[in-house]
Amino acid sequence: MNHWIVAPIVLPAILAPFIIMVLRYHLDLQRIFSVAGVVALLGIALTITAQASGGEIQVYELGNWPAPFGIVMVLDRLSAMMVLLTALLALPIVLYAIASGWDDRGKHFHALFHFQLMGVCGAFLTGDAFNLFVFFEVLLIASYGLMTHGGGSVRLKAGVQYVAYNLLGSTLFLFALGTIYGVTGTLNMADIALRVAEIPAEDTALLRVGAVLLLLVFCIKAAVLPLHFWLPASYANAPLPVAALFAIMTKVGAYSIMRMYTLAFGPEVEATQGLVSDWLQPAALVTLAVGAIGILGSQHIARMVAFCAIASMGTLLIAISQFTPDAMAAALYYVFHSTLATALLFLVADLVMERRGGAITPTTPMPQNGLISALFFVGAIAMAGMPPLSGFIGKLLVLDASRDASDATAVWAVILIGSFVTIVGLARAGTLIFWKSHDAQVVTVKDPIEGEEAPAPLAPEPQPGLAVTAVFGMVAGLILLTLFAGPALEYTSKTAEQLFAPENYISAVLGREE
Amino acid sequence: MEALVASAVGIMTAAGIFLILRRRTFPVILGLSLITYAVNVFLFATGRLALNAPAVLNKYEEVPYTDPLPQALVLTAIVISFGMTAVIVMIALSAYLSSKDDHIDMSPQDSVDAPGEDA
Repeated sequence: MNHWIVAPIVLPAILAPFIIMVLRYHLDLQRIFSVAGVVALLGIALTITAQASGGEIQVYELGNWPAPFGIVMVLDRLSAMMVLLTALLALPIVLYAIASGWDDRGKHFHALFHFQLMGVCGAFLTGDAFNLFVFFEVLLIASYGLMTHGGGSVRLKAGVQYVAYNLLGSTLFLFALGTIYGVTGTLNMADIALRVAEIPAEDTALLRVGAVLLLLVFCIKAAVLPLHFWLPASYANAPLPVAALFAIMTKVGAYSIMRMYTLAFGPEVEATQGLVSDWLQPAALVTLAVGAIGILGSQHIARMVAFCAIASMGTLLIAISQFTPDAMAAALYYVFHSTLATALLFLVADLVMERRGGAITPTTPMPQNGLISALFFVGAIAMAGMPPLSGFIGKLLVLDASRDASDATAVWAVILIGSFVTIVGLARAGTLIFWKSHDAQVVTVKDPIEGEEAPAPLAPEPQPGLAVTAVFGMVAGLILLTLFAGPALEYTSKTAEQLFAPENYISAVLGREE
Repeated sequence: MEALVASAVGIMTAAGIFLILRRRTFPVILGLSLITYAVNVFLFATGRLALNAPAVLNKYEEVPYTDPLPQALVLTAIVISFGMTAVIVMIALSAYLSSKDDHIDMSPQDSVDAPGEDA
């Protein structure tokens, strides 16, 4: 068996307790081990991506129990790509958190960070539905700690909402899994796919209930309307480097939709035919619309970026809900782009909030206004989908892939008008924050979030070097994604082909001879 | 038997949802606990209800047995929900202690984009 498959889970699973137990009182050592761990994770992710790019689906049987009796980890192009994206995202964020001193404002930042990475990587790699639930819980419980990192009454209140909402989501997940297990008698994803295809059409009522419940759970994670309302308050009140890491969490929801609804409840399965696309498509359109309006209406930069995350999830799910190989390839390209762009904007928002507070109103000019406004400009271009960055290519691919869809008019209209509103919203925020602040009449204000914890030692002249370098790392990622759009798209097209040939996945998991 | 289990799941879920829709943290946490109890019972029932049957196969004779997998799932679910409840109690408690207010919703002055606070 190829032991690299389980390495992205084992590495953070060992590192996080090590940090919490051995390095508890040594912040410098924690930082060194944390960065080294993320670099190692990136190395592992590159290795397994290279292994998966050949197109062979590899299976790792935990405890050497054959599927469907044991739990399996499955490495295919999609999971390798998502693990690589996680590692690529984590590296600039951990550097930024260290440079900006965020990891010093509460306890156990680095341990929680690695537990979060473990949950995310596990969710991407597992081939078992109940194990997916367990990894969801791992990433959620780490995210509860990260979300309330640094404390402050507003953040804790937002944290209570976030935890309560996600606990409800977890119970829903269990109801869904229970229903699916009750009908199919298995929880291995490949085995579910086999059993679902065998169930006679008149006995599928319960199965459809299970499929819809599961979709609801993933939609909560992916912040699809009308289940999105936890996101703005949570992300805007979380420490913003953490919010940048959470950009991958909504993608875990999107990934799960892609995985389950191509493999087990795919477009050709009679029992759930049309079920997903019929519901997901309108919801995704409304998500994009509400996200764009939210960007226009926000009065705080963190909240605005949270709505950017919602809008980009809308675009992504519009592409996914087509359930065609072309649209899926576009969606996978857009996943990469939107994760990096959202995280970039969150980090820029943190740079802004550290210097002047987050209100989108003219205030006193901040230090390094030119540099930060340039970074904001790059992030805004990427997020709105304007040339020359990868957002443009991503949206173009999504539009092109939905050209032949039955409701192409609605999709094109919503995406184009949504992009326009996003541009206006981001331009408005940029103008007010970076330009108007240099006007004569300004008022000094105090930011409600920062007012709570008073980061006095950092505030006056933040040490910019490494923090800004980390943000530039994110920009470099976007530029590389633009320059190498051809190879990237080739990879995602092959990934989409693999997704729409679930029989290979099923035979790799179940038909192995050892 | 079936009616009893089904109504237990239904009533606990209904009561849990009712409590979650309250606006203070204590009833919300109670409601979440009730819903997790409901889902645990529900998971038990997914292996079909079998009375007085062991969760192991007997290789010497044909005896009724109950599906062991849901029991393992329930065990996992109990552990996870127990841990999660502890976490939310702690977070809710510190939110209450730091703001002297146990409302679950954000008041207007809490919101980061409250115009009165920022401008």
